Amino acid sequence: MSDVTRITDQGMITLRADFTSLKGITVPETRKIRDGIAWMSPDELLVLVPKSDVSAKLAELEKALNGHYLLADVSDARAVFSLTGDWAREVLAKGAPVDLSPDAFKPGDLRRTRIGQVAAAIWMVDDRTFHIVCFTSVADYLEEWLRHASRSAAKLTYF
Amino acid sequence: MKRLPTGGRLIDRTTTFDMIFNSRRITAHPGDTVAAALMANGERMVGRSFKYHRPRGIVASGAEEPNALMNMGEGEWLEPNQRSTVTPVVKGQSFESQNHWPSLEFDVGVINAKLSRFFPAGFYYKTFMRPRWAWKHLFEPVIRQSAGLGKAPDQPDPDSYEQFYAYTDVLIVGGGIAGLHAALEAGRAGAKVLLLEQNPNLGGRALVDVVDIDGKPSPDWIAATIAALEDMPNVTIRTATMAAGVFDHGYVTAQEQVATYTQGSDAPRHRLWRIRATRIITATGAIERPLTFAGNDIPGVMLAAAVRDYAELYATAPGERTIIVTNNDDAYRTALTLHSAGIAVPVVLDARPEATGTLPEQARAAGIRIETNAAIAKVHGKRKVTSVDICDHTGAGDVRETIPCDSVAMSGGWSPVVHLWSHCGGKLNWDEANAMFAPDPKRPPTGDDGEGFVIPAGSATGDLHATQALANAAEAGRQAAIEAGFTPSVGAAPLATAPTEYPMLPVWMMPINAPYKLRSKAFLDFQNDVKASDVALAAREGFTSVEHTKRYTTLGMATDQGKLSNINGLAILAESLNTPIPQVGTTTFRPPYTPISLAAIAGDARGPLFKPTRKTAMDAWHDANGADWEPVADWRRPYTYVRDGETKRDAVHREILNTRNHVGMLDASTLGKILVKGPDAGKFLDLIYTNMMSSLAVGKCRYGLMCSENGFLFDDGVVARLSEDSFLCHTTSGGSDRVHAWMEEWLQTEWWDLQVYTANLTEQYAQIAVVGPDARNVLESMGGMNVSREALPFMTFAEGELAGIPARAYRISFSGELSYEIAVPASRGQEFWDAALAAGAAHSIMPYGTEALHVMRAEKGFIMIGDETDGTVTPLDLNLGWAVSKKKEDFIGKRALEREFFHRTDRKQLVGLMPENPDDVLPDGAHAVEPGTNIYGQKNMIGHVTSTYYSPTLKHGIAMALIKGGAQRLGETLSFPLEGGKVIKAKIVDPVFYDKEGARQNV
Repeated sequence: MSDVTRITDQGMITLRADFTSLKGITVPETRKIRDGIAWMSPDELLVLVPKSDVSAKLAELEKALNGHYLLADVSDARAVFSLTGDWAREVLAKGAPVDLSPDAFKPGDLRRTRIGQVAAAIWMVDDRTFHIVCFTSVADYLEEWLRHASRSAAKLTYF
Repeated sequence: MKRLPTGGRLIDRTTTFDMIFNSRRITAHPGDTVAAALMANGERMVGRSFKYHRPRGIVASGAEEPNALMNMGEGEWLEPNQRSTVTPVVKGQSFESQNHWPSLEFDVGVINAKLSRFFPAGFYYKTFMRPRWAWKHLFEPVIRQSAGLGKAPDQPDPDSYEQFYAYTDVLIVGGGIAGLHAALEAGRAGAKVLLLEQNPNLGGRALVDVVDIDGKPSPDWIAATIAALEDMPNVTIRTATMAAGVFDHGYVTAQEQVATYTQGSDAPRHRLWRIRATRIITATGAIERPLTFAGNDIPGVMLAAAVRDYAELYATAPGERTIIVTNNDDAYRTALTLHSAGIAVPVVLDARPEATGTLPEQARAAGIRIETNAAIAKVHGKRKVTSVDICDHTGAGDVRETIPCDSVAMSGGWSPVVHLWSHCGGKLNWDEANAMFAPDPKRPPTGDDGEGFVIPAGSATGDLHATQALANAAEAGRQAAIEAGFTPSVGAAPLATAPTEYPMLPVWMMPINAPYKLRSKAFLDFQNDVKASDVALAAREGFTSVEHTKRYTTLGMATDQGKLSNINGLAILAESLNTPIPQVGTTTFRPPYTPISLAAIAGDARGPLFKPTRKTAMDAWHDANGADWEPVADWRRPYTYVRDGETKRDAVHREILNTRNHVGMLDASTLGKILVKGPDAGKFLDLIYTNMMSSLAVGKCRYGLMCSENGFLFDDGVVARLSEDSFLCHTTSGGSDRVHAWMEEWLQTEWWDLQVYTANLTEQYAQIAVVGPDARNVLESMGGMNVSREALPFMTFAEGELAGIPARAYRISFSGELSYEIAVPASRGQEFWDAALAAGAAHSIMPYGTEALHVMRAEKGFIMIGDETDGTVTPLDLNLGWAVSKKKEDFIGKRALEREFFHRTDRKQLVGLMPENPDDVLPDGAHAVEPGTNIYGQKNMIGHVTSTYYSPTLKHGIAMALIKGGAQRLGETLSFPLEGGKVIKAKIVDPVFYDKEGARQNV
């Protein structure tokens, strides 16, 4: 079985900037998440903090950054799910066109992809846990999708 | 026929259960296919043919079966066209044969066979041409009734389906000895291997045609190899999974039967695998070809290899006296198998001048009679074979002898299964010796690097002999591993030892000089009833291309896609055209290899997951408070909130009047909100919008238009300047993703020198419009920021708090009323909504839906993207020229808008319409006509209605329309003819119907 849980206290900040000019922020490698900072594109990061710390983090970043950049609180624009279980990889592989085999996708790896019919970002927290981010407006769809795909009758062992 | 005393490798003979065939009980063993169980119960006829309704029996033992298709299950579980040769039996499952009415035994449609000389190839192109009306009313309904395979289910499918994405280094299709050994080679090299086998069991032909592999009988070698593969963590084997198609970039689709045969399971019925492989090995084996002789379709005539499959795997046989007819050594295996199982083999008819290979000699030694240069002139029997007329193969069918028998096993040689090799462009060579098309290893399908990505292995290469097949499989496995970046171990490949086989003799018509009378009963395509004479007819009528012949005769167009008939058919065509076979060529091999379900392609997209519905932060409240939902792009929005006793129309009118007279609330969260930030943000927006944005002062709002490069209006909305270097651009509800992508495309591909970042913040905010004369009072009583006329004038915004919630309030209006749109963090949207409702209670506040929004904007003459625009409408057409800058050096669409055509005065232009009768409401899209006709003799249409409503405010129908030269027609009355002869007359008026001076919002 895989468990699906919605994480409601996740704060998220979008930062767009030229990575080479960022001081004081360790930019993760391409398609990685490290220390709460997720690589989203060659000029976009997603900074993860507890929701209650978003204002403080925004202020801190505003202070640290200079030049041309964009910062925005997107905590309410995104929904976050945790999918955990021995066959979590298989559940996601039912909807995400991503190589999720253990040698290709490890804790700390991140992909922007789709799940079923919606856009999503996924990353691995540990060997059996994924975090999944989608737009808030389609959170009901994704939750239903994850529950449907992870029902025990549809168990599939591949990885 | 009951079970044979020996054999039955795949069945559990200790257990029996019942299944149902045409309402009769059939006893089966676990492991049986449905076809095997029917054969073991003596069922000869399993269906009727498509066109002539001839009785048909089982021909094959695998996916190539053309005849034994069944309706499986009943009611919601009904699934037509199940190939019973690959369908496992399940206790109690019911099956029904197809293509007959009222019953399999007595079928009215059999009259077609009597009339067969009137139904030759292409008969429907000739017969049903005239009179024209008769096709629709007479011919087509009758043909539909009498043709057509299985029943369509009339109930919704209760099952679920899913898909699965897999990535692998080496994908192997086929679990015979070649596929298994290739997997072993690639797996040992360290490659990730996925092996798919369409049948539930592995082993392929070597389970039946036992050969010696490294000193072991092949079934033992297979078991040992499977065990070795199962021990390898990098190798995955999926049985009952049929690779359907090979596509560009190593993409392969496959369908797995998961719960296909178990009713009521919550498991998916089918699973569609979507695989990316670096290399694909097609170890797809070969299929035996039928021989073309008169009566080759009578139940009891089967492929020779299939006959021994049934004997070895399921311990059953089609009869007790089986004549073998062949052009090769391989079919002698069937003679030997049947002989040792105690079934009489009266004769082996070999078309070749002599038969002296190892296998024929073994048969001779066993006392089996062998006739050379021998052929079947004709099979006798209707519902089952009764006897066979024997003749010289090189003759014209003069009967040498008639031999009684109840079944015939035929072999015309083998064709490698080249479908998957061919799907993506792999080329074939004609192999003269074996009379077959085989993959040309020098011309594989190529990937993006120009290298071949499909490697054939085993008998699918055309090497039909086990020794070569296993050797080339080892080579294929190693090659795939190397090309996927691995290093295979060196070591000897296993050695398969099998009897030497002497050359086969190509036989396309039996006997060679068969007259028309025999050719017209010699079937090529059993499922579609195409005979040797039909192909000859097509050739005579000029269908010389194999693709044309296929469509004219329907050869190879049935659900089996010509697996048995293709080569025989094109050989007959070549013969008729007097052209070498390779010059005639094959038809195109297209996916899927065998049919896959549409439901598997749809996957989980059904029921609640059919399509994602976007929901706002207040969605649950709307749903609980009478929302009548309307889809707006992917969102659902309340059309109106219906109260007890109200119609939708009543509700909409109540909401409008309440908003106009008191105050209303709208969930406007779906509006797109794109943050544009950077030193060049103003410059960028000046290029994106038609009007000037860089001049907008901080704290102010401006309505803007976006055009495509062609000058057509495609989105609009209010832009707010948040700071010197940041703007928030509102888009239409359906346009946010499109506009954001549009901005990014220009920034990334054309204006990469501009210092601008964008972010789509649509869903970060809940946006609530508070609209109406009492709007300010409501906000003031919520407490917090100053929303007075002075502090927050029209087209400005301010940030602060309302009811303790951080808010940005925009003084903008889409209704013409005093109006505020309040953006709050989405997570606090419901809290704000509740607070506004409470604060507004004293002012009789009510929520309103999208229809009230639409009517109120139309009363004010505001356009709606998608109503007044359709991709061919410019801002000038909509009287929005004021929002198209004449000062700016450039913007998207500027050059296009300068084209002369866009300034013609007879373009369709926006007008308002007032029907003469105040209660009339024009239908949406109604056309205005003028007297006379156009060059096509049609009424002169001069334009159409784009938005139309009953305005409760004005107590009058109102509409907006795009009318030719509309700007000059103010005051004219236009005619709108409707269905049923009614004509609505409406007067052209200014599209601003209400409060022209804008006094209501300017308070």
